[in-house]
This record gives sequence, C-alpha cells and structure tokens, in this order.
Amino acid sequence: MRLPEVEIGSSASVVTVHGQGAVPRRLMEMGLVPGVTVRVVKSAPFGDPIEIRLRGYSLALRINEAEAVEVAV
Amino acid sequence: MPDTATHIPLIALAGNPNAGKTTLFNALTGLSQKVANYPGVTVERKEGSWTVGDKLARLIDLPGLYSLDATSIDEHIASDVLRGDVSGLPTPDVVIAVVDATNLERNLYLVTQLFEYNVPVVVALTMIDVFEKQQHEIDIDKLSASLGVPVIAVNASVGRGSEELSEAVSKLVSSPSTPKFTLSGDSESGRIFARYNFISNAVQESVVHNDQAAHGISEKIDRILTHKFFGLLILIGILLLVFQTIFTWASVPMDLLEQGFGALGDAVRSGLPEGILSDLVVDGIIAGVGGVLVFLPQILLLFLFISILEDTGYMARAAFLMDKLMSRVGLHGKAFLPLMSSFACAIPGIMATRTIENQRDRFATIMIAPFMSCSARLPVYTLMIAAFFAGQTVLGFISLGAVLMLAMYALGIVVALIVAFILKRTALKSPPPPFIMELPPYRMPNLRTVLQNMLTRAWLFVKRAGTVILAISIILWALMYFPRTEVTPVPAEQATAVSPEGEHLRNSYAGRLGHVIEPVIQPLGFDWKIGVALIASFAAREVLVSTLSIIYNVGKDETEESPTLISAIREAKDERGETVWTPLTALTLMVFFVLAMQCMSTVAVVRRETNSWSWTLFMVGYMTGLAYLAAFLTYQGGRLLGFS
Repeated sequence: MRLPEVEIGSSASVVTVHGQGAVPRRLMEMGLVPGVTVRVVKSAPFGDPIEIRLRGYSLALRINEAEAVEVAV
Repeated sequence: MPDTATHIPLIALAGNPNAGKTTLFNALTGLSQKVANYPGVTVERKEGSWTVGDKLARLIDLPGLYSLDATSIDEHIASDVLRGDVSGLPTPDVVIAVVDATNLERNLYLVTQLFEYNVPVVVALTMIDVFEKQQHEIDIDKLSASLGVPVIAVNASVGRGSEELSEAVSKLVSSPSTPKFTLSGDSESGRIFARYNFISNAVQESVVHNDQAAHGISEKIDRILTHKFFGLLILIGILLLVFQTIFTWASVPMDLLEQGFGALGDAVRSGLPEGILSDLVVDGIIAGVGGVLVFLPQILLLFLFISILEDTGYMARAAFLMDKLMSRVGLHGKAFLPLMSSFACAIPGIMATRTIENQRDRFATIMIAPFMSCSARLPVYTLMIAAFFAGQTVLGFISLGAVLMLAMYALGIVVALIVAFILKRTALKSPPPPFIMELPPYRMPNLRTVLQNMLTRAWLFVKRAGTVILAISIILWALMYFPRTEVTPVPAEQATAVSPEGEHLRNSYAGRLGHVIEPVIQPLGFDWKIGVALIASFAAREVLVSTLSIIYNVGKDETEESPTLISAIREAKDERGETVWTPLTALTLMVFFVLAMQCMSTVAVVRRETNSWSWTLFMVGYMTGLAYLAAFLTYQGGRLLGFS
C-alpha cells in the first residue's frame, strides 16, 4: 500500500520509494529508506499535507508526494 | 602546503536547517560578522572571524542543507564552497558539521556526504541538553569512533564546548586528516540506503533512546497549534497580534524619526548658504531618504516577529496549515507568511521569501507581495475616505469608509491570487513544487539569534536599498525643482491662495510631465495635478498627501486628516472651472493605489532579491498596467452606472 492510505495514528514500514528525480531522492534523503518505520500523525486542516514521524522527527509532505512511498503495515 | 605562518585557515560550518548552526556561528564569531551574497545568486554568505588555537581563522556559515546533491541553489553553493570553486574562497581547511543530537540520524546524513569531499570534518553536537532532558543517553566517544571523526558536544548559549571545538579544529588545521569512508551501492537510491545503514549502525552502538519521551512536547503543542480548527484560529490570532503591535508600537518611533528628519533638515538649511545645494540636501536627500527611513521601526518590528516565528519553529507550522490553500494558485505553503507580512510592508515580506527553495515559486511570491495593502497606502485611503465618504453608512449602520477600506484590501488579495495563478502557468511555469518540509521541534527563541537576525536584515535593507532610494530621491527632487524660473509677481486680484511653492511646482519638469501625461490619465478622471502627485508618490505612496498639499497651495506639512487639505481637494477646479474631484475620482485613485507599484524601496529590494532588472521592470510595468486598467474600469464603469 501507499503512505497516504495509512490510517492517521498508525505506523507502517517503508518498502520502497517509487519514481525517479528530485522528489523521490529528497524523500529518501530525508530518511524514507526501506525498513524505516513511519507513523502518520495528522493531516492539515484542509486534508493536505500530512505530517509523519520517522527517525525521531516530524516531516510534512503533500499527499501527492507521499503517493511515491510504498509501505507495509 | 601553504606557509603556516601567514596562512589564515578557512573553516566552514555546515548543517541541517534548525540544527542550531546560526546560534553556534553567532557564539563563535560574536560581532565580527559580515553578510554578503554569493556572486550572481541571492544566497547569503555569512563570514566572521574566530580564534582557533592561537590564531585567527575565517569562519564561513554555509546555508542550511539536508543534502549536498545540488538540487537547490543552496546545495549547489555549499558543494561549490566545499570544493573550493567559489572565487575568493580557498578550499576549507576544516568543516564543522553541526549535528542536532535530538535528530541524530537525519542530521548525520549530511555528515556522511561531507566525508566524500576529502576535507577534515569535526562534528559539533548541539541540543545535547534537550536530548539529555528527554533521558536519552549518548556515548560521544563511541559515536566519534564509529564515525571516524572528532565529536564535540556544544551548547552555544552557555558557551559549553567552544574551547574543545577550537582545539579539535586547530589540531586538524595543523595536521589534516580526512575521514576514511567508502560507500557501496551503484545506484543513487542504493547509495542513500548505504549511508543510512552506516548511520543506523553508528547510532545503535552509541545511543540509548528512551522511547517514553519519543513523542515529546512538540507533538503535544501541535495537537492545538496545528489542530484543524483551533490551529487556524490561532494563526489568525497571531497575525492580528503582530499587526496590532506593529501599528501601535511603531507609531511612536516613527513620529520621532519624522520629527528628527524635520529638525535635521532645518539644521542643515540654517547651516548651508541658501541655494541649490541646500535645497538638494534638505528637500531631496534628507526628505526623500528620511521619508523611507521613517518606516524603519515598522520594518524592524516585522523582522523581529518573523525571526521569532522562525526561531520557535512556528513558521513551518503556518506553512503546513496554509499549504493546501496556497497550492490552489500554485504557490508553496511557505509563501503565506511573507505575503501576510506584506500587509504591513512588502519589504520584509519580500526578503522573507528566501525560505522558499524553488526559485520560480519564490519569484511568483515576490511578484504579488506588493499587492497586499501596506501601511503606506493607509494615508492615501484615509485622505480619500475623509474627503468624500466620511459619515456615510451602508445599510444604515456600517460605515462606508470601513467597507471601502475592506474592499481595497480584498481587491489587492484577489488580484494577487489571479496574478500568481497566471504567472505559475506562464512565465514561471513549473511542476507543482514539492512540499517536503521538516516540522522542527518547538524551541524557546534565542534572544541573541533573534536580535541579530533582525538587525542583520534591517541593515541589509538600508544598505542595499539605500543607493537606489538615494538616486530616485534625487531624480524626483530634480524633476520638481527645475527649471528655476523667477516667479512673476501675480496681479493682486489673482493672488488669492496661490503660494510660491505651488506656483513653482506647476512650472517644474514634474508639473510639465503632469501636463504631458494628462491625456493618458484623463480617462481615469485625473487631471495633471493628480498626475504630478502620482509621479511624486513613486518615492513612497504616502508622499501623495504632501504633494497634493503643495499643489493645492495649503502648505507641505498637512496630514491626511487636515481639514484645509480636505476642503482644498473638494473645491479644486480645473481650467474650465469644473470640479476635479468627485467621489468616483477618489474611489478610482484608491483603486489605482491598491495595484500600482508606487514605492521605490520595494523596487530596490526586488532588484536585489531577484538579482534581475528585467523581473524588476516587468513588475513595475505590469503593476502599473493593471492599476491603470482597474482604475479605468472603475471610473468609466462608474460613469456608465450614472455616478459622477
């Protein structure tokens, strides 16, 4: 499944980041590499972006970008 | 090998945003800082001197980065500096990697990239006090051994670790050794994965995390501050508080400055012999530059608030809250606060767009920032409302003035959003910018960082805009001053209420220019006198008030609420003896001022921030065009509807 499908408050483990170019690379550089656990904390008032927590810090990203992240619960 | 006796070592400070890099840089360099731009770009280059061991070194602060892969300008510049590719900067002798202990893994990612640059690296571990308060444990020696570089715990605000840091750096300056780090992985994602693997191992060996504290206080604060409903309410509340404070606090020093420049002008005038020189200095330079510097308290306060919002971590939350709305017109969430600041003054707003990494998004934000009705427009709105709409109500109880004021603000916002929408689909076309932004932990703002930030930015404004403002002030003065014709004595029966000042302005180049542009502005209901005021108020919008005062012979020191000025405007007649000003003319002028680029300081700052005259001129051109169009539609539309 993809990261935006993870329920708010739940955790998942990153399987891979799909795609090529600057956005997937930035996601990986921010620590979204295979095996890392992420928790979806909340979504912003208008439903987008979402806040996730990984490696002890909080990251905000748009649903559009989060779609590139394949996760397993 | 450079001659060690004369060689001045260059030390670079690298680290993630929010890692405490600026605080450390300020603590190490004190007041010896210099801020400039890297050649050709608007990336700030901060440099200072720092005593390393027994000699003075140059310390250079790289922009905050997550990676060195050169996708953004900041990353590009940083990797150029590390390779010694920036003119005037040798390859750094040592790089200090600033690493936030509370966010170790992601911060170390940049460090593993630094290892590939073949420069000696020292890790400065910040936020160690916060880390220990959360009852995590860290074995610094083990971390240092696994990374293969010295690791020093620092706390810049209490001075902890700065001596050890200087010692470690000094050792590496005299006998450089670069970290041994080999990276496996043949694809890009493979290399990123390998770096994080290396980091995970190093952290596992040296850190014991306390899972209880993992959620942290920031997440609790965020339950309210980024709450779907209360979050937005608080954001609005914060903005209201900022504006309220700016308008109440800034008015006292602004009045003082105004009086100060007045007194300075008088003093200079009495000290210099009468003539062109004294007029140039007093009316051109002191009045022109003073008219801009009067806004400095307001700009300083705005910078102060922006610095506090940045330093506490709230700025990122505001971007998070507003991103969805901003993205509708193709802008980044980070554009929200710069645009809000522009309601007080566009200058700090435009300078605050530096946090937007994508250049096209940043330019789009800069291009629309001056549409936000700033405080210099208020005297213009106030004068027009006081003269033509005072005491009238809508629906029996709502003041018409308040409705018009609100309408002017709304007009600016709507036009800004439309322009952003169009720009992002044409000249600044780019795929929707990625929004991948850290929400840093909340921190108490560091007083020193905040103040230093505020002063640096304000000084940058004065220094950078200064020359342009000075030049434009002199040009505008000359337009209104020359030619020096002897005013012929007017026959007594015509001498009613004609002041020599007004007579002179009418004869000046600006006055003639007013006549030249009269056919162009006639469809807006403006005569040449209003034209002169439009030309003069290019210096700053509120200059309209004093120019109208001069041209209507009521003296140049009238304020926007002055009854004499108001009645002079109401009674002004053109050559055919018809009334110039009607409520419709006043409304048209207000609409014109919402949209026109009547501010030389903004022009100067946009030139500096975009580093491009073409963008700056484009901005002046399209804003003036839009202002003309909107004013035309208002006036002609109003007449069609039967207003006069």
